[in-house]
Amino acid sequence: MALLEVTNLVARYGRITALSDVSLTVDEGEVVTLIGANGAGKTTTLRTISGLMRPASGTIRFDGRDITRVAPNEIVRAGIGHSPEGRRVFPRMTVRENLELGAYTRRAKDEIAADIERVLTIFPRLRERYAQKAGTMSGGEQQMLAIGRALMSRPRLLLLDEPSLGLSPKLVQTIFEVIRDISARGTTILLIEQNARQALAVASRGYVLEVGRIAHQGAAADLTASEVVRAAYLGGGA
Amino acid sequence: MTLFVQQLINGLSLGGIYALIALGYTMVYGIIELINFAHGDVYTLGTFFSLAILTLLGVTGIVSGPMLIVVVAVAILGAMLLCGLTGVIIERLAYRRLRNAPKLAPLITAIGMSFILENLMQYWKGPSPIPFPQVIPNPSFAVGAVTVEAKQIMVILLAVVLMMVLQTFVRYSRLGKAMRATAQDKDAAQLMGIDINTTIALTFLIGSALAGAAGFVSGVYYGSTWFFNGFAAGLKAFTAAVLGGIGNIAGAMLGGFLIGLIEAMTTQFIGDQWSNVVVFSVLVLVLIFRPSGLLGESLPNKV
Repeated sequence: MALLEVTNLVARYGRITALSDVSLTVDEGEVVTLIGANGAGKTTTLRTISGLMRPASGTIRFDGRDITRVAPNEIVRAGIGHSPEGRRVFPRMTVRENLELGAYTRRAKDEIAADIERVLTIFPRLRERYAQKAGTMSGGEQQMLAIGRALMSRPRLLLLDEPSLGLSPKLVQTIFEVIRDISARGTTILLIEQNARQALAVASRGYVLEVGRIAHQGAAADLTASEVVRAAYLGGGA
Repeated sequence: MTLFVQQLINGLSLGGIYALIALGYTMVYGIIELINFAHGDVYTLGTFFSLAILTLLGVTGIVSGPMLIVVVAVAILGAMLLCGLTGVIIERLAYRRLRNAPKLAPLITAIGMSFILENLMQYWKGPSPIPFPQVIPNPSFAVGAVTVEAKQIMVILLAVVLMMVLQTFVRYSRLGKAMRATAQDKDAAQLMGIDINTTIALTFLIGSALAGAAGFVSGVYYGSTWFFNGFAAGLKAFTAAVLGGIGNIAGAMLGGFLIGLIEAMTTQFIGDQWSNVVVFSVLVLVLIFRPSGLLGESLPNKV
């Protein structure tokens, strides 16, 4: 049984249909990537999964449970962590407070402290910035914080929305290494990326979203090799 | 000089009441960017609730001895609780549905809510000023040529203590952090597992409870109340919140005390009829040079 199972998802912003038919599954332990052009509905898909947006129709099941119309704060408790588009760290709070809020659903203080330590080990930069207000940090640092914060709820499934957007090439490498690392530690990941080549390199499977519907899907290696995907998303036929 | 110091004390006690009301404006604005025009009327309701509790307790004048502490505690806590619940009900009935509506909709609703409360209070206690029992013995202390009354000390102390409790709660408690997170980014707060409906209700509970406390002390301080009490006081307290930097708790306190001081000083040295002119001129001047208010942060939300 799939950990996440999205079936025939339809979502609208007012009269504009953002998702016309999205079905996808993510199995326990997988890294799955969702690629596609701007406006294809990648972010909407993630926002609907984590409950920030209500779908018009379709179902979302997580670990066998129907979470389609469950409130976002309950979905976190069910085990889905979401590092959203645009990072969305709390700008007037320190790195420490942001990480503590990531563990809002948890009570055990010593475990939380251990997890903060783990995040600071993954991202040493955050240790240097620990008492700094998040809004004063660079985009890359905020991205690390957003990922770290999402990890603090100890999610079984981590949703990552464009974690490499706007980062320097070196930092992009770091972020992808971290994604591999998080996956290796047993967290299931659904990754949205514009950087399709890199995304397919870390993922086992991928979905290609085109104007609100799944246009292609398959093993990451097959998608990377596919002529259609190469032409549209991997920068030509090279 | 004596006059100045005397007005300093008068202004601070006046300001204490503004400050307590301003905290509610600033908290609600901070979390849902709504100017809650009904807040001044919740404060008036605080005076009415206090009065009703005192009447129930059979208090019509000054209470002395240990009973005083009991009476004051019951009246303040009772008014805080009732006002707090009123605030929660107002949010639930009038504002929650409009949370994603254009900003103008909840604003107009708040003005409507204000009228509703004023009319209900007029229906309850009539259109004229109502005497409020003195409750506390009010010895005054002569410090040189300056007179300090016990009730002035009570107002100032209560305002400062409540603000410090609030500040500590918001800064360090789990729910306080949830409130700040909700204020800064509602989507992100929900992704942390925060129930923003509960958090916003809690904000209304606390802000309105503080208005209830202000209601009790102002009743004792002025010795009377009436249904329209909250209009002017609410407007000045809102000004105080903006002056201090709306959304900022310490700012609301600072703004409240400043407005009280300006009002007292203007009344003494320029003339009673000029006090509003001076208060609002200071507001305009401050906003020209510091649009985010005295203590307001202007940190960008998006980097």
